[in-house]
Amino acid sequence: MTGNKDQGVTPLKVITIGFILSGILIGIILVSLSLGPARISLIDVLTWATGYRSVDQTAWMILFKIRLPRILLAGLVGFTLSIGGVVFQALLRNPLADPFILGVSSGAAVGAIIGIVFGLGFSLGVPLLSFMGALFTILLVMGISSRHGGLESSTLLLTGVIVNAFFTAVIMFFIATTSDSRLHSMLFWLYGDLSQTRYVQLSISLPLILIVSCIIYVFSRHLNLIVGGEESAIQMGVEVELLKWVSFLGISLITGIVISFSGIIGFVGLIVPHLMRMVLGPDHRLLIPASALGGASFLIAADTVARIILSPSELPVGVITAFLGAPFFIYLLKARGSQWTQS
Amino acid sequence: MDSELILKGVYFSYDSQWCLEGIDFELKKGETVGMIGPNGSGKSTLLKIMDGILKIQKGEILLRNKPISSYRRGDIARQIAMVPQEATFRFPFSVFEVVLMGRFPHLGLFPFEGKEDLEIAHQSMRLTGTLDLARRSIHELSGGEKQRVLIARALTQRAQIILLDEPTSFLDIRHKVEIFELISSLTQAQGLSVIIVSHDISLAAQYCHRMLLLNRGSVYKTGEPDEVITADNISTVYQCPVLVDKNPISNTPRITVLSKKGEGKKEMV
Repeated sequence: MTGNKDQGVTPLKVITIGFILSGILIGIILVSLSLGPARISLIDVLTWATGYRSVDQTAWMILFKIRLPRILLAGLVGFTLSIGGVVFQALLRNPLADPFILGVSSGAAVGAIIGIVFGLGFSLGVPLLSFMGALFTILLVMGISSRHGGLESSTLLLTGVIVNAFFTAVIMFFIATTSDSRLHSMLFWLYGDLSQTRYVQLSISLPLILIVSCIIYVFSRHLNLIVGGEESAIQMGVEVELLKWVSFLGISLITGIVISFSGIIGFVGLIVPHLMRMVLGPDHRLLIPASALGGASFLIAADTVARIILSPSELPVGVITAFLGAPFFIYLLKARGSQWTQS
Repeated sequence: MDSELILKGVYFSYDSQWCLEGIDFELKKGETVGMIGPNGSGKSTLLKIMDGILKIQKGEILLRNKPISSYRRGDIARQIAMVPQEATFRFPFSVFEVVLMGRFPHLGLFPFEGKEDLEIAHQSMRLTGTLDLARRSIHELSGGEKQRVLIARALTQRAQIILLDEPTSFLDIRHKVEIFELISSLTQAQGLSVIIVSHDISLAAQYCHRMLLLNRGSVYKTGEPDEVITADNISTVYQCPVLVDKNPISNTPRITVLSKKGEGKKEMV
């Protein structure tokens, strides 16, 4: 037998597609670097690098202290949320699942808003409280849902929805009782905002995200089986409870970390996995790396648009992803809805 | 003969009531056993217990003379494969991808199949006549095709024991026979031991070496089809009057359901 499809997903295929998507990602990063209110072209950068012309200090600052960290964080957030979406859609066997479905985002939001109310800084203070909020929510939801050491998916989902609703009320309370400039900060955080990025945030989150992603990738075969039902996965040799604990906890952790820096950026974790699945098929050994790289590209592009569309003022990137995401998702539901419900 | 699976005094309950009470059973190497019994008599539960998915409260289950609780999930999956009544695949995996999933318990940390795994999957598909379907999406298949793909997946698992939970219940008569033929040819060719749960009593009697009749969580009778499928046994357990005679071709027991309506119709003609 010949042809790629007959062999399923091979390491060669994963590497090839990984290279293509990495190329696209690098291209988008370079384009995004050269776009912004201050006109700096890539050729400028190249001429500095070769020592052909002396370095323009202001332009250098803009590129490497302002634009680059922001681009890298956007990439990291897109990477993480897209992996989270893929894994949660598989574990919960629910195409509408995203990494926020267990309530992580609202927990993080409550933390962040408390931080803003107390006037903490955006580089570390607010993210720290936000991450603690996310962590607390994960442990709460998983604690409520675990019975005899097992996690039941539908209980988990319901608990997530309820905890989400409760924290949303808390957020509303803070918004209703705040009136000064802090209100603006809160709203920007809630819609996802990458303008406060610092390198220190990257150095904290990057190692953890890479470690968790590698662990998740080892379980990519397991995810293929769990899509067909937990019992059948157990029967074929998957340690389902272990898989669920590791995945739910790992994904929620890295999701909590990135949104504590970026705020809540919706739709990325929902749309990117679907797009990739439509193009590349449902095998998680390919889907996970493809979604991670695709998600990074997507969010960098969206954030670039958010930076320049109303220049010199900016939009929260979450507004852009929602603008793009909601119509696309409705299209998906209309065109492909039947495919998800089918056995 | 060697025993693949032995159950001794097995008790199981989901909550307070015993769902299975004092089950004794032995699956010998190379035999095909038909498990029959009314709805709710514990057939599917017993199958899951034999596969170690449900943990028993009392008794003992020996897989190759070792307690099944001493095996890890992956070890059990290399010994026992299960063919479900129906399987859902939320996302459109191709038939070949589904069959290849059977290699799961044989792979290590490196998450990709090797040349040998692909060869085994192809072989299973050849044996089940599903090679032509390889590129199709699992969602596009008919009930009979899907069932054969699930059997191919079980074969790819390379387990010596195959448990089938009502594999023919959604199929028409031609496809029912096809599945039974396939299973009997596979057991002969590969020396597999098979337990098949079925509501097609007469058909199961044609293809199985032994029958296991369950009634309310207990073994009512076990033995060769002739001993188990008698008018008395079936009428009592199913609470439905039946007539048992011989299938004129295979000489195996054949049941006819007796009902007042049926008799009435005859009189009218």
